[in-house]
Amino acid sequence: MTTQSSSQGKATEVALEKRLASLSKERGDKVELGEVGHIVSSLLDTLHGDLTPQDLRVYSELEALARYIYRAKQEISEIHPEDISQEHIPKASVELDAIGNHLENATGNILDATEIIETVGEELTGDHADRINDAVTQIYEACNFQDLSGQRITKIIQTLHNIEGRIDQLLQAFGHTVNADPGKPPPAREDTRTGDEKLLNGPATPGNANSQDDIDALLASFD
Amino acid sequence: MAVDKNLPILIIDDYKTMLRIIRNLLKQLSFNNIDEATDGSMALAKMKDKKYGLVISDWNMQPMTGLELLREVRADGDLKDTPFIMVTAESKTENVIAAKEAGVNNYIVKPFNAETLKAKIQSVLGPF
Repeated sequence: MTTQSSSQGKATEVALEKRLASLSKERGDKVELGEVGHIVSSLLDTLHGDLTPQDLRVYSELEALARYIYRAKQEISEIHPEDISQEHIPKASVELDAIGNHLENATGNILDATEIIETVGEELTGDHADRINDAVTQIYEACNFQDLSGQRITKIIQTLHNIEGRIDQLLQAFGHTVNADPGKPPPAREDTRTGDEKLLNGPATPGNANSQDDIDALLASFD
Repeated sequence: MAVDKNLPILIIDDYKTMLRIIRNLLKQLSFNNIDEATDGSMALAKMKDKKYGLVISDWNMQPMTGLELLREVRADGDLKDTPFIMVTAESKTENVIAAKEAGVNNYIVKPFNAETLKAKIQSVLGPF
């Protein structure tokens, strides 16, 4: 780098720092993400005169960043993200609650009918009695689904509430006019629970659960 | 010695359907002296009022979980020897270990069948 370009680079750096200090005084150290584009544009105005290749690279990167933020803000604004937390998620939670209630009522009705069949079966003898009794047992076993479905629905509702919280955070970051990288989901939140609380997870997804045989083997390993 | 089918059994689950299923399956095994509770604290109150020969409890309940109930039972001089079976959808290894460390006698993972319930009760109370 020549002495001249070095001194120009220094001048640009000083000008940038001055502009940054001025913006910081004007808007504070913390700005909404939606304001970043304006700030970047404002900083770019600082760059003038002969620019070094390095300055140009920074200039180009900043410009691309400003364009990206502006475009993303527009795209996300168009999908009305506030509707997700204010309308869609609450509606989905209500629907899921209703599913849970329907399941509970339906299972109750099935059990009512099964108990009647069982009582009638007790009046029978021999093979018929055994067949009725076996069928009744199978129905009772099958009705396990209501408990597990209910727990899964509860987990989904909790997940929806987490999504709602993340969307609210995103809206705040963008000054209620929004943005994000639509192709990239936010990183999964780390499970910060400890102790007994960490042991409350409900039914695991198929393939991730220990079977009764696994649990029997585990318990036997203590003996 | 044969298992007394009049043995008082306490079943605990926050899902009323599940209580009903377990009650009916126990009835098929000829157990008829069955009480119910919908969470750990209610169960503990019942256990202090009446001596139970077997407790069959869910884990995930509020305000007191099945694990907390188990710890309370094992810490109580009068209740500590009560046979305790956990019936739960919590199937992770760390759950089974935590339950075992707390003193559980057996562990049934949901969904379960009548045969498993019978086998686990037999492993705790003896053959019937």
